[in-house]
Amino acid sequence: MTQDISSQDANNSPKQRKAVALISGGLDSLLAAKVVQEQGIHVEGINFYTGFCVEGHTHAIRKKDKDKQKRNNSLWVAEQLGIKLHIIDISEEYKDIVLNPKHGYGANLNPCLDCKIFMVNQAQAWAWAEENGFDFIITGEVIGQRPKSQRKETMPIIARESGADDRLLRPLCAKNLMPTLPEREGWVNREELYDFSGRSRKPQFELAKKFGFEDFAQPAGGCCFLTDANYSKKLADLWDARGERRYELDDIMLLKVGRHIRPKKNFKLIVSREEGENNFLRGYKKQFTSIHTVSHGGPLTLLDGEFDKDDIRLAAQIAARYSGGKNAEQVTVQVENYNGTSYVMDVPPMPADEVKQEWHV
Amino acid sequence: MSKNTLDCRNLLCPMPVIRTQNALKDIADGDTLEVICTDPGTLSDIPTWCRINQHQVISSEEIDNEIVFVIKK
Ligand code: SF4
Repeated sequence: MTQDISSQDANNSPKQRKAVALISGGLDSLLAAKVVQEQGIHVEGINFYTGFCVEGHTHAIRKKDKDKQKRNNSLWVAEQLGIKLHIIDISEEYKDIVLNPKHGYGANLNPCLDCKIFMVNQAQAWAWAEENGFDFIITGEVIGQRPKSQRKETMPIIARESGADDRLLRPLCAKNLMPTLPEREGWVNREELYDFSGRSRKPQFELAKKFGFEDFAQPAGGCCFLTDANYSKKLADLWDARGERRYELDDIMLLKVGRHIRPKKNFKLIVSREEGENNFLRGYKKQFTSIHTVSHGGPLTLLDGEFDKDDIRLAAQIAARYSGGKNAEQVTVQVENYNGTSYVMDVPPMPADEVKQEWHV
Repeated sequence: MSKNTLDCRNLLCPMPVIRTQNALKDIADGDTLEVICTDPGTLSDIPTWCRINQHQVISSEEIDNEIVFVIKK
């Protein structure tokens, strides 16, 4: 570590220490940053976009949510704190974490421990970079809170494997851990840090109250879609059907949208559920074969995978099932290839009881 | 003052915010950037991001499902 730990700047006044806080948008990162900020440290936020973040996306896609206040929680947190927020797109590099987590997955396809190491690593690379020149990194982690990545014995793993080691401060549970450089150097007062532990959220709520924070976000599972069982199931299905574990950003966006129905291993349908999703899926018509009903109102359907004429017919019948013509004898559909060529055909909608439960991904 | 335009159509939040942030890095202080978006989430996210990072949204207009922001660095 070549970082400067001298206590004065060029003018012999005490050096203004700078910390970068990992901001997920949840309460813990908000509190952690606030605690350090209160000690006179200059704090800026960093937020990573993995592609799986709960922020944005679905709330922007589905029309039913249109009237809801749309807010990006990490931006909201930064605004509450009055700090700058740097958002970094790591979606490409992040694939390797999701596909090959060294420390394995949590309850679903969430590679939390590897993810944390990676993020601290990225934050560190960014923070230590010459023009940024930060002194340490802050996270909102609390021992014992999440099953795997926040257990006491995994804390040193994150610090060590990320290489941030002595410059990684966790203000909410610092008192349960060995003093870090910012504490030993007196940049922050250890006595004013916290000793939260365990799964109870009460201490956080109390601290939030003390600082006057209200209306903060409390994501149920965690900070990303990978903790969601249904989402993970869809991702596993995608890998299984393709016979290899890989994904593109478009794949993981589409997993958040529509009904996914896989009548055969080689292809699946993505059927929009309402107008917002329809508009969103329309943006993919140049990449996917699509089906829409013309004789009756109905959703837009994308076909993902490999399929022949019979498969398209089967897909058209299923799509017709979700259209206004589901009880009609025949429904006319238009099949459009991604290259723009199209044709129409008449199909009988598939009866409800023939759309098998196990087809629903 | 030069005119810079950034196309963020069909991108979902937070990508338009990230692209805006990165594009602003490359322009001079005082210059403006026009950003075209389709995600309604940008209506809140771009102004918020600008506020916290001390850039000014000079105008935002919704035309045919497109949102056009003009931002001054
Ligand atoms: S919930 Fe998602 S973003 Fe959060 S640590 Fe786990 S894998 Fe990473």
